[in-house]
Amino acid sequence: MGRYIFRRLLNLIPVLFGITLLVFLFLHLIPGDPAIVMLGDRATPDQVEALRERMGLNEPLPLQYLAFLGNLVRFDLGSSIFTGVPIIREILIRWPATFELSVAAMLIALVLGIPAGVLAAVRKNSWLDNLTMSGSLIGVSMPVYWLGLLLVYLFAVNLQWLPPSGRISVDAGLSFEPITGFYLFDTLIQGDFAAFQDVLAHLALPALTLSTIPLAILARITRSAMLEVLSQDYIRTARAKGLLELRVIFKHALKNAMLPVITIVGLEFGTLLGGAILTETIFSWPGIGKWIYEGILSRDYPVVQGGVIFVATAFVLINLLVDLSYALLDPRIQYK
Amino acid sequence: MTTTTPASTQPWQRFLKQRSVQRFLQSTSGLIGLGLTLLIVLMAALAPVLRPYDPATDRNYAARLQSPGAEYLFGTDGLGRDILSQVWYGLQTSLLIGLVAVAIGMVLGVALGLLAGYFRGRLETVVGWLTDVMLAFPSILLAIAIVTVTGPSVVSVMFAVGLVQLPKFIRLTRSMVLSLREQEFVQTVRAFGATPPRIILRHIFPASLAPIVVQATLAIGTATLEAAGLGFLGLGAQPPTPELGTMLSDAFKGGYSLSSPWTILFPGLFITLTVLAFNLLGDGLRDALDPKGGR
Repeated sequence: MGRYIFRRLLNLIPVLFGITLLVFLFLHLIPGDPAIVMLGDRATPDQVEALRERMGLNEPLPLQYLAFLGNLVRFDLGSSIFTGVPIIREILIRWPATFELSVAAMLIALVLGIPAGVLAAVRKNSWLDNLTMSGSLIGVSMPVYWLGLLLVYLFAVNLQWLPPSGRISVDAGLSFEPITGFYLFDTLIQGDFAAFQDVLAHLALPALTLSTIPLAILARITRSAMLEVLSQDYIRTARAKGLLELRVIFKHALKNAMLPVITIVGLEFGTLLGGAILTETIFSWPGIGKWIYEGILSRDYPVVQGGVIFVATAFVLINLLVDLSYALLDPRIQYK
Repeated sequence: MTTTTPASTQPWQRFLKQRSVQRFLQSTSGLIGLGLTLLIVLMAALAPVLRPYDPATDRNYAARLQSPGAEYLFGTDGLGRDILSQVWYGLQTSLLIGLVAVAIGMVLGVALGLLAGYFRGRLETVVGWLTDVMLAFPSILLAIAIVTVTGPSVVSVMFAVGLVQLPKFIRLTRSMVLSLREQEFVQTVRAFGATPPRIILRHIFPASLAPIVVQATLAIGTATLEAAGLGFLGLGAQPPTPELGTMLSDAFKGGYSLSSPWTILFPGLFITLTVLAFNLLGDGLRDALDPKGGR
């Protein structure tokens, strides 16, 4: 197992190298001189030249890339052109917001999607099955930001049950310390239940919106994995032994149907980080996604560069964790 | 002796009797998908005939944000533009983007997959690495990165969304080639001295077509959705070209999406219907052409 982990980590190197190379090349392919973008149109040629020199833009491209890599391993991603704040600090401030949102969305997807898939499989071809499968198909066919806007219209504007945007009410006089940046956790450990409720209410609509696609996919995958398992001989044996049907389904079948489900959870979690760009924009959620979007609009290239590298790296690492978790779930898998 | 051809040899009847066609006709989702797709394509194609419209001059400030009614069936937007006309023409743009993007991704991806799978070696390593790297980016993020370089326009979106589809086609085609190249019929034509281009194009490619067609149909749905997402972020079609994602963006940025919900309801509904149509059609085609390839 230790050697397997080592080999997987080794395989990570070419992919991470590719990510950095791709992002680096992208930003150097963008038309226009970054120095002019930073200084504005009214800068004199001398000023532009001085900045180009300082930023190393006059060096040959391979040398620039090496310098970029050298900075990267020291977690130096440069600074935002407009605010001057180091990129790594911006990421550290924002990633808990994105992570909290993604985890909440995945929890909703798991809690609703797996039971829906199990029910659909057990009651195959019933109206319940048809409803679940139609719903899941519509779920993956919808633009999620559109659903988000409709949810805001219904729950925030019309019914006024939930707040339309942000992470917390600004004017409510809530005074908890954002220690970890995960607001649900921060409010709980400080025993501030009013703030906790407020944070939860703000989380509800964006998390529900973001959960649509993983929910739909999880329901589908769980159903087909369950159908596969339920047709196996050992399930017939378990039933023949006279075990309770519930016990057969949950203890014998579901446990074995979980492997493909875990794969999808990993893959979809990465997609959530990307999908957060649109969802965070709708809900003014102060996370990585909205930050990258604003970076694109204001042509703040270091922000886009740092944000994209962060998300892609997180995506790759999550998938690695998923692969490794197979070993715990399925002892039959041998790692050599 | 009769001279009439027996009915069963009429071309269309022979077509209907094929096993795969029979299977497609039995697939409810496939039939609904086919009907819906035809309807949408027909709507987009007939737009200029049924509803003459010039997006550049369509503007009536006196009728801003009218709710749906007899005069404006879908209401009007913040510039007093008729939403029905906009949706109708936007459908044309969105459909065109989806089709062209998938064509780009499919042609490049299948070509790379065929070459990598057949010749293997260093080419396969490089193509495999490229696929891994591209898959390390959430697709919308990669598309955004590409459009940031090329600048927002309909053509950029086609290109960006097409490239994002690339890895799926490479992987699918490569895996098909890997199993096909060891099969007897390929070994036989190779023994008879067929050249690699001939083996790939005449023997391997036709045999791997079915799953590629299924993947392409499903990819049109995904591509349409991603293109609309780029449009929503303001990176898609530029005014006055109507596009469904851009319509949502206009309403959201204009701040009237919540006070006049019809400005977002109809564009989003038609995006959903288009994507749904291709997803259903793809499911039906999979049942028909690739019954073992189910999810």
